Amino acid sequence: RSQYVPVKGDHVIGIVTARAGDVFRLDVGGSEQAALSYLAFEGATKRNRPNVQVGDLIYGQFLVANKDMEPEMVCIDSSGRSSGMGVIGQDGFLFKVSLGLIRKLLAPKCEIIQELSQLYPFELVLGMNGRIWVKAKTVQQTLIIVNILEACEYMTAEQRKQALAKLSGN
Amino acid sequence: MAGEVKTKLSKNLLRMKFMQRGLDSQTKKQLEEEEKKIISEEHWYLDLPDLKEKESFIIEERSFMPCEELLYGRMSFKGFNPEIEKLMVQMNSKSKKEEIEVDGKMEADVSDEEMARRYETLVGTIGKKFLKKRDQHVLHDEDEDENSNTRPKKARKMFLKPQD
Repeated sequence: RSQYVPVKGDHVIGIVTARAGDVFRLDVGGSEQAALSYLAFEGATKRNRPNVQVGDLIYGQFLVANKDMEPEMVCIDSSGRSSGMGVIGQDGFLFKVSLGLIRKLLAPKCEIIQELSQLYPFELVLGMNGRIWVKAKTVQQTLIIVNILEACEYMTAEQRKQALAKLSGN
Repeated sequence: MAGEVKTKLSKNLLRMKFMQRGLDSQTKKQLEEEEKKIISEEHWYLDLPDLKEKESFIIEERSFMPCEELLYGRMSFKGFNPEIEKLMVQMNSKSKKEEIEVDGKMEADVSDEEMARRYETLVGTIGKKFLKKRDQHVLHDEDEDENSNTRPKKARKMFLKPQD
């Protein structure tokens, strides 16, 4: 387990902690809080402000991230489209895992993800800062997925398949 | 009034911009020369050959994304969030598109030689279209010269100036 260091271009999940005028302060799990301007959303203008409250979850990418400056985040890409970034919806469950597991999960052919996707419909957001957000139809399903992902760090592939087989039997 | 008497210009005049312009080149040269003298006498320098800057072949990349070709972070399965599923396809195909190599040149339907032949005749026919009416007559006569040589050549009508 190691602490996340903000890197330019990384997509992360941040928690809004404060609103300071025109800028939101986000906690991204690094040594500093990141700044997110309210204009950095798709279709945002000075009059048309995004609907962001303190405590919301935001999926965005780093625009500026070096050791000399406070990290800055945006929720639009270079062409001005949101492409999946922005406020993450209601419900769901946020939890933290190690950075190495995130890399494993995001690999092109990740077995864990493939096996989980066979279980039941759910939605998943993975942040490079070690945070994962899961949402499924029922609370129970959500918690099952959370437990599997957390345990994946220590389980071998066989143990995982056994656990999943039990679940799909249920 | 013997000799040259240089009119003394006041300091304020000399400080004006239009006076500085001409003056600068002279003063610059003077300053340079003075500096050179100083350098040659007192300036210490290292008696070493010039060191070349080494080109570094190391590029620092702090993010994991390009290293392992990581997928996009937002995912949805079994139709839970159709917009995100659309997005997944979009984002993950973007990274694969770059890998596909460019296809070779398509085979031409018409060969180059035939193309050149057709083009040659084409230029002539289109060119005729843009000739002025009088020139068209001339061209027409030239074409029919062999067949109808009895017809007299019409004199080209030129502009006649009206007489007063």
